[in-house]
Amino acid sequence: MDPTVIPSLRPLLAILASLLAVPLIVASGSRPNLRETWSVLAAFVKAAIVLSMLPVVLAGDVLACRLWQISPGIALELRVDTLGLVFAMVSSTLWVLTTFYSIGYVRGAGEKKQTRYFASFALSLSATIGIAFAANLLTFLVFFEMLTVATYPLVLHKETAAARRGARIYLAYTLPAGLALLVAVAITWSIAGTLDFVPGGFLTTAMGSPALLSTLFVLFLVGVGVKAGLMPLHAWLPAAMVAPTPVSALLHAVAVVKAGVFGVLRVTGFVFGPGLLTDLSLGTWLAWIAGATVLLASLLALAQDNLKRRLAYSTVGHLSYIVLGAALVNVWSWTGAILHLVFHATMKITLFFCAGAIYVRTHKENISDLDGIGRQMPITMAAFAIGSLGLAGVPGVNGFVSKWSLLSGAALADQRLLLGLLVLSGVLNAAYFFPIVHAAFFKRSDAYPRFGEASPLLVVPLVVTALASVLLGFAPDLGVHAYGLAARTAALVTGGALP
Amino acid sequence: MAVLPESNLPVIITLLLLFGALLTIAAGLVRREFAWPVAFTTLVLVLVDALIQLATIVQGGPLRHTLGGWAAPIGIEYVVDGLGAFVVTVIAAVAVVVGMYARSAVRRENPDQEVAFLGMLLTLLLGLTGMVLTGDLFNLYVFYEISSLAGYSLLAVGDRKAPVAAFRYLILGTTGASFYLLGIGFLYTLTGSLNMADVARLVPALQGNPGLPVALALIIVGVGLKMALFPLHGWLADAYTHASSTSTAIVAPIMTKVSAFVLLRLLFFVFGVDLVANILPAGTIVAWLSAAGIVVMSLMSIAQRDVKRMLAYSSVAQLGYIGLGIGLANPWALTGAVLHILNHATMKCCLFLVTGSVAMQTRRTSVAEYAGLGRAMPWTFASFSLAALAMVGLPPTNGFFSKWYLLLGTIRAGSWPLVAIVAASSLLTAVYFFRLLESIYTAPMTAGGDAPEGESGFFVLAPTIVLGVGVIVLGLCNSWFVTQILQPSLPDALRLPGM
Repeated sequence: MDPTVIPSLRPLLAILASLLAVPLIVASGSRPNLRETWSVLAAFVKAAIVLSMLPVVLAGDVLACRLWQISPGIALELRVDTLGLVFAMVSSTLWVLTTFYSIGYVRGAGEKKQTRYFASFALSLSATIGIAFAANLLTFLVFFEMLTVATYPLVLHKETAAARRGARIYLAYTLPAGLALLVAVAITWSIAGTLDFVPGGFLTTAMGSPALLSTLFVLFLVGVGVKAGLMPLHAWLPAAMVAPTPVSALLHAVAVVKAGVFGVLRVTGFVFGPGLLTDLSLGTWLAWIAGATVLLASLLALAQDNLKRRLAYSTVGHLSYIVLGAALVNVWSWTGAILHLVFHATMKITLFFCAGAIYVRTHKENISDLDGIGRQMPITMAAFAIGSLGLAGVPGVNGFVSKWSLLSGAALADQRLLLGLLVLSGVLNAAYFFPIVHAAFFKRSDAYPRFGEASPLLVVPLVVTALASVLLGFAPDLGVHAYGLAARTAALVTGGALP
Repeated sequence: MAVLPESNLPVIITLLLLFGALLTIAAGLVRREFAWPVAFTTLVLVLVDALIQLATIVQGGPLRHTLGGWAAPIGIEYVVDGLGAFVVTVIAAVAVVVGMYARSAVRRENPDQEVAFLGMLLTLLLGLTGMVLTGDLFNLYVFYEISSLAGYSLLAVGDRKAPVAAFRYLILGTTGASFYLLGIGFLYTLTGSLNMADVARLVPALQGNPGLPVALALIIVGVGLKMALFPLHGWLADAYTHASSTSTAIVAPIMTKVSAFVLLRLLFFVFGVDLVANILPAGTIVAWLSAAGIVVMSLMSIAQRDVKRMLAYSSVAQLGYIGLGIGLANPWALTGAVLHILNHATMKCCLFLVTGSVAMQTRRTSVAEYAGLGRAMPWTFASFSLAALAMVGLPPTNGFFSKWYLLLGTIRAGSWPLVAIVAASSLLTAVYFFRLLESIYTAPMTAGGDAPEGESGFFVLAPTIVLGVGVIVLGLCNSWFVTQILQPSLPDALRLPGM
């Protein structure tokens, strides 16, 4: 049953909402309050437009917006399907919270060049939504590269030697990746004559030799894998932690890295498809790379003392949960992968928000300095505890739901070793998060005078995301219908029955 | 053979420029201030004529003009197809933009030579447009020399070393012209004709004649020298570096491109696709030389300390893209090559205008001295950044699409080393441009040169911004040029499928 395609301008408007805010932000650079009004306005409008598409997609239809041709036979085309909408909803709703948080953060921390910061942020979000709604690989590539460019100034933001180094590393990874993706897309166009995403994939064994198709898959993986933090392509992410915390929170835990795993989902599910992946046994290889990344990243996270770097390694590990789910290509693993794309976002952004609130209040970045902080900032650290529990996969927080689906997927694929690995990773998550929480509440330190919580602009967003994580843990289909959309996408791609 | 409709549009362009040049000098002799308005009006009129010509050809097909009513092949005729009209329009458009810039720049940089300079500028354009418009091999030689002579004098205007550099170019350029002349001498003895269409008709019968490869080789060397086809580029770097900014801004974007176009015309329209592939592996040789040029010249750019010199080497590298596309002689590659004539003209012109503008405002010329200028001249460097992104080939700029078509061309040719070179060259370009951008926006200003007093005046800034925005607009609209203008004028064997 093919879905009805409804022509609509809404996907385009969702991209334009933040794109048009960029010149307005730049123009009102000398008036901070007006400038931030544009950011807030753009965030709300964008989220509203994206959410307005939910009923249509839930009804089983697809919204499409075909713009003009950008290469003979290939149009700049947007298409809102279940997977794209999930990613767009996560990014745009969390952007609303991040915008308020950003305002509190940059003013609290006294960051310079705030105009450039907010403008780049808005541009990044346009690119992210473009990635979510791209209907074909070339459109995807255009927005994917735009995201690279738009986030570069944000990594460079502090303009210190460390920031410059981080930004160079960032480019040194993302630019070659973009080129790998470009070559992959060009080869795909040459052998297939189409670039439109199709649930279940459009490449077939008839289009090229197994060697060519496997090379193509590797090129695609390098292309999207860098942003997805797939080892050994992950090193830019810890280096990029030099960026201001809201950037780390939304971009390096949600938008940019999720654009990477979203790319993995598109490539595995909508370009190659389960059949071809199995025929060439590429899925298994990818699953093992992801499995190794999960394990190694968790171990590396244990060794970090800088809080944001620990979170970054944790992100690398959790992104590979999603890649692992994508690679196993069965209905449970895909459901789990998409759910984890959403749920990891709410949990990890909470943790980053907490790290930022602590930094603004105390200028401390290292875990060893955080003894007793829970007494001073109880709400913040309670939220941190919730996020930690969720990422460790404890029932009651949404992380458990997605992990359960992933475990079911691994069991369904009869990959016992990978199943064991996921369980082990949960233990490791607990090992690197719980001591922080423990030290914060139960250790004493004389380092801090009484100072209390950070400003409400910082605290309210992190409370909201923590509560959302808990609510989604009990009712995964609440609000944005993440569970329903994930399950439906999984069924479409894998051809399996709804879980 | 169908007789093309007769039109005066082509000849009006050359006549306007010829008399415009004379009038400019005459007006300048009366009062120095009169020279620029006359020259600029001429350029605008030429652009209007070029646009009308382009529109006419897009709708009704190629045009010709029989000079003096003497019928070809005895008389000289101008023949313009979509491709030619496209290149002429590019020349005219760049000329108007640079002409605007010239108003204040020439007066500031070389006040004593203003009148003669503007006259020579128009003479250069006369030569270049003539090279594109003519349908006669010997007439092409005449225009080749006109443009070269004007080029020598324009490039000799500049700093103290400029005359030496221009003299070196004169020696090499004259050698190149002699090669070309010898080449058409051979062709004339073989075919008894100098009319391109006539020669094209007679050449296939001569297959196996040993004179033909000689003629072809001589012509490739002759045109290649003016095109700065690697390794015949030796004259270019010094000449561009030391010349005044207006000279470089007009010569760099279009002179070498026109030569590239002439090479394309001679190879595919006079010698013919089959012949070029059979009698001498001319295409393959040009392709590999260009590929070597891309790599070597990109590395040279990275090594430069002077911004203009860096851009000069990068020009040779970018010409490699065009040479590569012509050499591969398949539909996608050729599309990329021809599109890059326009694309590189816009981005390189923008970059050279910025160097001129910076030199005038601050007397800064080296990479190190550009540090920290971003905030002082925000609009100038915003344009610069866009053009730099286009040079790197990031979407949605026009540079990306050139690269996209070229990649498709190399894949079509099945040459993986060339695929790798085209992809990797972007990275090399990224090295020298991102290094510069990082320093422009984040490093503290250095002591060398004056402190900038702010933006340049309107006549310098406006052309820069137009080109910077043009980079994006041309990128998004590239498909229109490809399907409406380029494809209909290519030989059948070189058209994209379905065109």
